[in-house]
Amino acid sequence: MRAAVIVFPGSNCDRDMAVALRAAGADVSMVWHKDATLPDNVDLVAVPGGFSFGDYLRCGAIAAQSPICNALVAHVERGGYALGVCNGFQVLTETGLLPGALMRNANLKFICKTVDLKVETSASAFTEGYNAGDTVGFPIAHHDGNYTADADTLARLDGEDRVAFRYTDNPNGSIASIAGVLSENRRVLGLMPHPERAVEEAHGGTDGQALFRGLLGQFAQA
Amino acid sequence: MKARVHVMLKNGVLDPQGEAVRHALGTLGFDGVAGVRQGKVIELDLAAGNSEDTVKDMCEKLLANTVIESYQVELL
Repeated sequence: MRAAVIVFPGSNCDRDMAVALRAAGADVSMVWHKDATLPDNVDLVAVPGGFSFGDYLRCGAIAAQSPICNALVAHVERGGYALGVCNGFQVLTETGLLPGALMRNANLKFICKTVDLKVETSASAFTEGYNAGDTVGFPIAHHDGNYTADADTLARLDGEDRVAFRYTDNPNGSIASIAGVLSENRRVLGLMPHPERAVEEAHGGTDGQALFRGLLGQFAQA
Repeated sequence: MKARVHVMLKNGVLDPQGEAVRHALGTLGFDGVAGVRQGKVIELDLAAGNSEDTVKDMCEKLLANTVIESYQVELL
């Protein structure tokens, strides 16, 4: 699988993402936000965590208007895969590739700790390495992870089995404890917790490995 | 030509920052504050020929996230 990791000014989980993808067997290239095109034959575009453009205006808002994001939107419209973690999830909502928005945490605090998540569906390339109902531990590190969406959007997400992960103990006020959502075609996943920070024993847990291995497995079969 | 854009969280969207400000005002002894909503003001210095519609287009595309925010444009 060929993966591209987008780097914005202020990204700080881009290399972690590349390490996790390479460990699972992906061929990874880093792309700069000013690039207008992605490398040829890219299967997955990863939008990493961090504080792109200093979170100015709104988290992810400026990044979503960068040249590479036009290429990202075109990639997704062609049926390509995309994974957005933390600030990357915020960028994906700002581009409109995923529904809803991420607001300031309800307790107004920056929260940095490992949390338990319930895997809500195994029906996606990202979650097929888990069983629905599994509990996994991923680190979170964010100030603006309070997911919100209107009632119609929530009903659609539930009805279409598009909530990928929920917090077991809601840390940030997210509506319906939502931690990660899938696009309509299930090829775009955005989540606030960091699976790429849970892929080595030294990280304190390896629950994130199945996400990357599952994704790679999808392409090995194809 | 200048324009001022007011961006606020939509009614019904919980505003934790506004709520924290309300609480702090209560701590200072200001008892009569029933609610606080916090937003932002963006001032634009525009070349002549820009219309209110252009500014609204800017709001839709960048200045506001219309999933959670509403905006008002004021031409000065």
